[in-house]
Amino acid sequence: MGGSGSRLSKELLAEYQDLTFLTKQEIILGAPDAHRRATSQPPPGLGAPLAPAAHRRFCELLPQEHRSMEESLQIRVSLEQILSLPELKANPFKERICKVFSTSPARDSLSFEDFLDLLSVFSDTATPDIKSHYAFRIFDFDDDGTLNREDLSQLVNCLTGQGEDTRLSASEMKQLIDNILEESDIDRDGTINLSEFQHVISRSPDFASSFKIVL
Amino acid sequence: MAFVLNVPEISEDHDREPSPYDENEVHDSFHQLIQEQSQWAELQLRELGAGAPGTSDRGRQAPLGPEDAAAPSTATLRILASMPSRTIGRSRGAIISQYYNRTVQLRRRVTRPQLGGAGRSARPSLRLYDLELDPAALEEEEKRSLLVKELQGLTVAQRDHMLRRMPLGLAEKRCLREESRTLTGKHRGGRGQRGLFPCCGQLRDTCVLVLHSLGLGLLAGLHRLMPWHYALKRIGGQFGSSVLSYFLFLKTLLAFNALLLLPVLAFVVGVQAAFPPPASLGSVPAFTGLELLTGGGRFTHSVLYYGYYSNSTLNQPCAPPDGGQCGPESPSLPYNMPLAYLLTVGVAFFVTCVTLVYSMSRSFGESYRVGSASGVHAVTVFCTWDHKVTQKRASRLQHDHIRTHLKELLAEWQLRQGPRSACGRLRQVAALGLVWLLCLATTLGCTVAVYAFSELMIKSPVSADQEGALLALPAVVCLLNLGAPYLYRCLATLEHHDSPVLEVYVAVCRNLILKMVILGVLCYHWLGRRVGALRDQCWENFVGQELYRLTVLDFIFVLLDTLFGELVWRLISERKLKRREKPEFDIAGNVLELIYGQTLTWLGVLFAPLLPAIQIIKLLLVFYVKKVKPSSTCGPFRTLDTMYEAGKVWVRRLEKAGPSVSWLPWVHRYLVENTFPVYLVSALLLAVIYLNIQVVKGQRKVICLLREQISNEGEDKVFLINKLHSVYERKERSRVGRTQEAERLGDHPGAC
Repeated sequence: MGGSGSRLSKELLAEYQDLTFLTKQEIILGAPDAHRRATSQPPPGLGAPLAPAAHRRFCELLPQEHRSMEESLQIRVSLEQILSLPELKANPFKERICKVFSTSPARDSLSFEDFLDLLSVFSDTATPDIKSHYAFRIFDFDDDGTLNREDLSQLVNCLTGQGEDTRLSASEMKQLIDNILEESDIDRDGTINLSEFQHVISRSPDFASSFKIVL
Repeated sequence: MAFVLNVPEISEDHDREPSPYDENEVHDSFHQLIQEQSQWAELQLRELGAGAPGTSDRGRQAPLGPEDAAAPSTATLRILASMPSRTIGRSRGAIISQYYNRTVQLRRRVTRPQLGGAGRSARPSLRLYDLELDPAALEEEEKRSLLVKELQGLTVAQRDHMLRRMPLGLAEKRCLREESRTLTGKHRGGRGQRGLFPCCGQLRDTCVLVLHSLGLGLLAGLHRLMPWHYALKRIGGQFGSSVLSYFLFLKTLLAFNALLLLPVLAFVVGVQAAFPPPASLGSVPAFTGLELLTGGGRFTHSVLYYGYYSNSTLNQPCAPPDGGQCGPESPSLPYNMPLAYLLTVGVAFFVTCVTLVYSMSRSFGESYRVGSASGVHAVTVFCTWDHKVTQKRASRLQHDHIRTHLKELLAEWQLRQGPRSACGRLRQVAALGLVWLLCLATTLGCTVAVYAFSELMIKSPVSADQEGALLALPAVVCLLNLGAPYLYRCLATLEHHDSPVLEVYVAVCRNLILKMVILGVLCYHWLGRRVGALRDQCWENFVGQELYRLTVLDFIFVLLDTLFGELVWRLISERKLKRREKPEFDIAGNVLELIYGQTLTWLGVLFAPLLPAIQIIKLLLVFYVKKVKPSSTCGPFRTLDTMYEAGKVWVRRLEKAGPSVSWLPWVHRYLVENTFPVYLVSALLLAVIYLNIQVVKGQRKVICLLREQISNEGEDKVFLINKLHSVYERKERSRVGRTQEAERLGDHPGAC
């Protein structure tokens, strides 16, 4: 399982380190822990080596014959496979996250570099600026550049849960969206654009720590 | 006035959806529109001048409602979709221009641009060329090339930093980096002022790159050394960020304790253990298990307590009695134990205090936001989902929590909207006052109980074989510390606060007052009464043992509380209050417990608490200690009047030593013994705090003004959108009218 699948070239690795917020540990990993992860054994506990990192996890999603280094950088992984990652499975925004980071024309598959972009934005050291930028794109369900009432109502439904009995009633939803627009729509046009969204985010010091995914 | 633009799906235009990449087309049609409008306006004026009945009702501006928005034209939609406020979130061109501006600002801050006779096109930054607002809509390629040119002006580290923060894809960032790198070689050759030392620039770049990779390597190494990385990740995944913060705080406290312990171990405990004092009179009692709880018995004469430490210089070179020779193994490194004790503990405390103040001010600066109390609905919806949570059960818990939180917020908002009768307000204030009175009365009751019990303990002295009875006072204190917060929680259900944050602060405040007051009474009991009662014995040992007992019992009670107390509370809340949700991890209460335990530990080192919240008591204690005489039979300060005299004695000895070290006594006399520097430092601190408060007030005012301004601009925008809509509507109508005319003429060719 070691060998060719895990060895990215030094230049490529340095480039990834320079252009994203990830460290070398978070991009590649040595062999022994990877094997344990691949066979889903429980980790040893205190003093365990760092959790497996991006390239190894990405290669696990590929079929066995495509795991060489060159192929892993070119090939694209379908959305269903990415959504099966344990870190994303329980996230109600998982489809939106994958759509936002996908660079394919139909926005239904992720390459390794898209995956790195995703991890970089959700990493520990990413600036709150870039996090709020991508959070805005994730919440913009209809991709029109602003959050209008439908976007907000879909967002609230994602937050409260998927079942019918967990949603807010219609009057509560309307009241909530009115309040949100009252508080954040400064120019009173009925929608929240990126600057207004970033202004709201800047008022909450916990945003940066909750907008994090750790592999 | 809220403007709702109804944008229905126009089925025939699916493939021509407004897209940010068609910016040029849109801007062209906007120009065309303005020209058409001005022509039409001239026509209208001429018609009006000729007395023709103008369409005067067109001049009235009517706000467009959903019922008027009959099929807005695609051109309008395209214009609206390409408004800068909507495209900044998605369009590559807009992002590039935004980061172009930021790079320009950064570069202008770093190097002063040359003022010379170069053409305007060569240095667009000097013309304050703002790409976002320039109506001459540059192509995306031009914007990109301008950005690349600006990036070349930065150093390598700054360029990478800038690229990393751009919200573009990895492939695009790579292209930008390649382009700005390849042209740098050509560009650098042309720079005149660098020509004098070309090698320096390259050397500097190489150094920066090496340092950069060293820094990355160091970060990676540090990351590997952090303990509990996987355990913390699991906790975050299962319980969320707030519980994780409790464990991170625990880790920080560990670091502080290590910082305090290592110098003490090295300079005081280790040395004394290497040179034990002569055996004390009387036999050493046997080890029984009770020592672990009471800290007495076998542990009394050990390095654990103050009494063991000698008050003389260890390892003293021997003074031969009658001019004879010393033995062959005469030591040559004397070690002044009292001085070492005082200095080690003093320096360790000072370093801990400085670290605490620095980290507190830094985290306060990071987490304080002006105006963070308002806008609670928007912040809850946008910022509360914790993406670290990975388990299904925890995710469901989060859903439930957010839903109840939103419902509570809405209910509170409704309540606040309702007419606030004076009666209701009065009732709320009365309830608040009553609850505070009851809480303070409880605190007073606990204090009196502790005081009475401590007086009782003094009046009935305990013999050596009844040491278990010494556990009574700490047990009472711990019980009160655990029971009173539950009582406060019950009383808090009677009152009603405007915001949940305020409730948490009030609860923390009450607990803090209780603990501080009880600690104060205990300190009085130890340093006031016990010192008098144990006049001929080692009172420091006794106080140290009391603190040891208190720490151990506090730990045991906290464990019991975690296991049983939460269980009992859960049963009560389920049965009596009929709440189905699980009570959460009481973070505030547990953090307070941590802080209390840490306080006891710090007190235990030399009676000086260090947390800034209890800083006042610390100053009082330090002044109090100065007044108390150390006991004359034990400890390193046996023969001195106060503990600080050890320092004074040494300084006087230094003065006698000679003029070469005269600055040290001078420093000691004018900065340490004098009280003026203390006043000066406090005055400076107060001035800094006042300045920061004024700055925050100013920022709040500026934010208000800016909001008003933006809202006015929004009204302008609504006006223009309505105008645009009416223009296109008129065009559409006239076009339909013309085609109908043409059809009619076509059907009846001969008609007039």
